[in-house]
Amino acid sequence: MGKTIIEKILQAHTKDEVKPDRLIEADIDLAFANDITAPLAIEDFKLMGAKKVFDPEKVALIPDHFTPNKDIKSAEQAKLVKEFAKEYGIKHYFEVGRGGIEHVLLHEEGLTLPGDVIIGADSHSCTYGALGCFATGVGSTDLAAAWALGKLWFKVPRTMKFIYHGKLKRWVGGKDIILFTIGQIGVDGALYRAMEFSGDVIRELPMDDRFTICNMVIEAGGKCGVIEPDEKTIEYLNGRAKRNYRIFKSDPDAEYEKIYEWDLSELEPQVAMPHSPANVKGVSQLRGVKVDQVVIGSCTNGRLRDLAIAAEILKGKKVHPDVRVIIFPGTQRVYKEALKLGYIETFIESGAAVSTPTCGPCLGGHMGVLAKGETCISTTNRNFIGRMGHKDSYVYLASPAVAAASAIAGEIASPEEVMKG
Amino acid sequence: MIKGKAWKFGNDIDTDVIIPAIYLNTTDPEELGKHCFEPIFPNFKERVSKGDIIVAGKNFGCGSSRQHAPIAIKACGISCIVASSFARIFFRNAINIGLPILESEEASEKIENGDEVEIDLEKGIIKDLTKNLEFKAEPLPESVLEILASGGLVNYVRRKLGGE
Repeated sequence: MGKTIIEKILQAHTKDEVKPDRLIEADIDLAFANDITAPLAIEDFKLMGAKKVFDPEKVALIPDHFTPNKDIKSAEQAKLVKEFAKEYGIKHYFEVGRGGIEHVLLHEEGLTLPGDVIIGADSHSCTYGALGCFATGVGSTDLAAAWALGKLWFKVPRTMKFIYHGKLKRWVGGKDIILFTIGQIGVDGALYRAMEFSGDVIRELPMDDRFTICNMVIEAGGKCGVIEPDEKTIEYLNGRAKRNYRIFKSDPDAEYEKIYEWDLSELEPQVAMPHSPANVKGVSQLRGVKVDQVVIGSCTNGRLRDLAIAAEILKGKKVHPDVRVIIFPGTQRVYKEALKLGYIETFIESGAAVSTPTCGPCLGGHMGVLAKGETCISTTNRNFIGRMGHKDSYVYLASPAVAAASAIAGEIASPEEVMKG
Repeated sequence: MIKGKAWKFGNDIDTDVIIPAIYLNTTDPEELGKHCFEPIFPNFKERVSKGDIIVAGKNFGCGSSRQHAPIAIKACGISCIVASSFARIFFRNAINIGLPILESEEASEKIENGDEVEIDLEKGIIKDLTKNLEFKAEPLPESVLEILASGGLVNYVRRKLGGE
């Protein structure tokens, strides 16, 4: 019996025999945390009696959640992280102004590579699977253990395969594919599982869309998402990869727990309604839902292509008078590129606010918190009760195209409609 | 032996309702406990007694990896969580901080709010004393038991670092 790509990657990092459901101890290529999760990890790391991190090159720290610091307590946490980085010689520490949102930054920096085993103390650490690696989110104590030992225990996940056929319609992309998939299988449809994405639709997708898909596997309960590397992956890594990397692919006779196969040729842009990422409908069914706020950005959709799509729709148009729009590029590099390409000017001209990179609004932290009764359409990843602010606020999840179209219409709208009008 | 009153929760209880992100600017368990379940169950900490047990449906603890979620629950005095399934990061976090959790679909279905529940962790036996019912939970893997036996992952690693 053949092996899946995830099984092969794990096998290359352990002496234990890799089989689904087995517990193994695997070597770690990168272990990172942010300003929320690192303080707990640092406490535990010290309690463990560790004198040094296993490899300062394989640790990264990214203050991105409550930064630029939203209050004194957050500032104290960020300071703790900075001091730890200095004390332990952590090279990959990204200060505000030289970094951005961790899951847009680390792949952009070439620190996450095909064949790697990566853990991050943030649930969206599954994003990097788009490069053909095993990447998963863990808690702070697990991260501290990995910093101390360079290894961590894992239960080898069973793999589910998702095959997508057909040709996508205009304005349909990675976000719609993953929302559609979560809508089909539910928020625990891939609990503890690896989700392998394939098919001609995936092969045609640019890297930015692939990151969006793998970013949201956690919203289906998945342990990791993965896409086999191809020429697009290699092109993305050229001049970017900081180390050598290894490409793995699934065997033709690999064992899958389940295979889903869909033709997406007729798929329209998808929207997840409050309060679950699995509560998904086509955009045409939600026409008329008024919005107070539109958020475009985040680790899900804060990449250059996302901003390009938003700019294409907002160009020469005005944001609806009743709506506030907040656009936050994922990293400083994305921000700078968007500036060069004229997107930022387009956004400002249209009446949108452009923010420095931060996770802030996505988790109701700062820079875009919702009041009681407000509705937001957002390109982020979660719409749980109270996620972006007051417990009686409402979040709809969608692509940058749908979010930008809704910003103009003042209600949930399809990009096609807005571009026609 | 764990004994306490059952507090029932539904399916897909996410970490944002367990502890809203706005309170993540601290790691202090007492402070986190005060806001535990705030969006769906205000003043949870004041209403539970030490030793009480949470009984929930499927996918408990889904969403963010914030370890503040099991820490907040533990700080409320909850002694164990029984659910038909757990989200995987929450599962690991709970074990790592020494908050016992057990999976049992049957217990999750049959135990009602307010029932007196008794749990034998080592044997994985859950008893509903109010209804006089007994359930067997999924046994925890050996390596996980080893971590629990060490008193959590911190002690486990400390021992490993000392011994190597």
